[in-house]
Amino acid sequence: MAILEVRNLHKSFGGNHVLRGIDFDLEEGRVLSVIGSSGSGKTTLLRCITSLETADSGKITVKGNVVFDGDDEHKLTKEQIRKNRLAVGLVFQSFNLFPQYSVMDNITLAPRLQAKKRPDWRQNKKQILEEINSEALSLLAKVGLSDKTEAYPCELSGGQQQRVSIARALAMNPDILFFDEPTSALDPELTGEILKVIKSLAAEKMTMVIVTHEMAFARDVSDHVIFMDGGVIVEQGKPEDVINNPQQERTKLFLSRFQDK
Amino acid sequence: MFEMVMIKLFNGFAVTLELFALTLLFAIPLGLIICFGSMSKFKPLKAIVRIFVWVIRGTPLMLQLIVFFYGPGLIGNWAAAQVSANPIIEWLATWKVMDRMVSVVIMFSINYACYFSEIYRGGIESIPRGQYEACQVLGMTKTQTFFKVILMQLVKRIVPPMSNEIITLVKDTSLARIISVYEIIWAGQAFIKSNGILWPLLATGVFYLLFNGILTLVFGRIEKKLDYYHN
Repeated sequence: MAILEVRNLHKSFGGNHVLRGIDFDLEEGRVLSVIGSSGSGKTTLLRCITSLETADSGKITVKGNVVFDGDDEHKLTKEQIRKNRLAVGLVFQSFNLFPQYSVMDNITLAPRLQAKKRPDWRQNKKQILEEINSEALSLLAKVGLSDKTEAYPCELSGGQQQRVSIARALAMNPDILFFDEPTSALDPELTGEILKVIKSLAAEKMTMVIVTHEMAFARDVSDHVIFMDGGVIVEQGKPEDVINNPQQERTKLFLSRFQDK
Repeated sequence: MFEMVMIKLFNGFAVTLELFALTLLFAIPLGLIICFGSMSKFKPLKAIVRIFVWVIRGTPLMLQLIVFFYGPGLIGNWAAAQVSANPIIEWLATWKVMDRMVSVVIMFSINYACYFSEIYRGGIESIPRGQYEACQVLGMTKTQTFFKVILMQLVKRIVPPMSNEIITLVKDTSLARIISVYEIIWAGQAFIKSNGILWPLLATGVFYLLFNGILTLVFGRIEKKLDYYHN
């Protein structure tokens, strides 16, 4: 069974119909890239799946758990939505690190708050906190920032901040990790370090959905590519097919702008 | 003579400080409650709170002090004079004049809370939406988001406007003399009548100046302490 199922998803903002029926499946351990021009609905799609926006109709299932169903009249409670979010991680274009906390605290804050709900919190407090810390340290090692544990976000480069935010998302052990144009706010020479981290996660079979404008990267890292335009999926398939040999006119037109890359 | 003047001025300044400290103590948290009300998604509550803030900020504090101090007593007297079995009238008849100090502390707290609430609101609205969204996707509750992530950034943003408002409060305490609260200006002015000397009143300015100097240093310290990061 697919770990992520999206069925006939629609979303409008006022009169603006941004998603016009999105359908796709994602298998566990796979990497999906979503490409398309600005305004095609890619970011809205991510925001609907991560419950930052509520879709208008359709159905979203994460790991067998229905996180949105437009046909269900019972609205999800805030607590249910909060729990559903724990299954997904999101890395933002603009990082959104907490400026007042050190790198270490940025990563451990949410896990610590989460751990307080564990039944064994009172007895094993010290041990649990140590586990969270050592987990954070190993995540920082993974993103190559072991020497920055006590630094504050404002002391880091954009690429380093984005790597911290990836570690922060991973610290919640999400089933699926989403990236919303993770390199778009970075200088070109800094994108490489982010792409390297994402590639290493792909090698570890982390399930990921990446909205990106890096075509070469999308081709290298992903198992499946979706091209969106005007709120619908115009073309999808293996990356070499969609990116190297597009069938639809709209896909060809879009990709022609990236030819020199 | 000098000694006697100083004793009186210090006594008056003690009242000034008491009013200042109590107002801060109540207005800072009350301002946060008013702020949440003015940002409420429940429209009637939001409207009521915003109208209340408009009235408080739109009328002189001196007028509010007079109304709040004399109003209840006047209403009580009026109600007591009515021949009526109406339970509301009977209840109003029990209204009495409050203690002067209690009355000014309440009115000052409400007045300053309204100003603080607008400073808080400006601060909260200036925090990028991405901060809230980052908390949401990390599974944090609204309360956790506010206290663990937003509040600290809010404090940093509001320290400069709050220090301005708090320094104004120090000087505004002199308005309490309108309902005969014996604060420092009153103490200084009394010497014009009783001894025909003006310098005690001028000396009160030194008290304000020194105290606000200390506050300026304290706020400078706080700003510096929060300077370890920037957004």
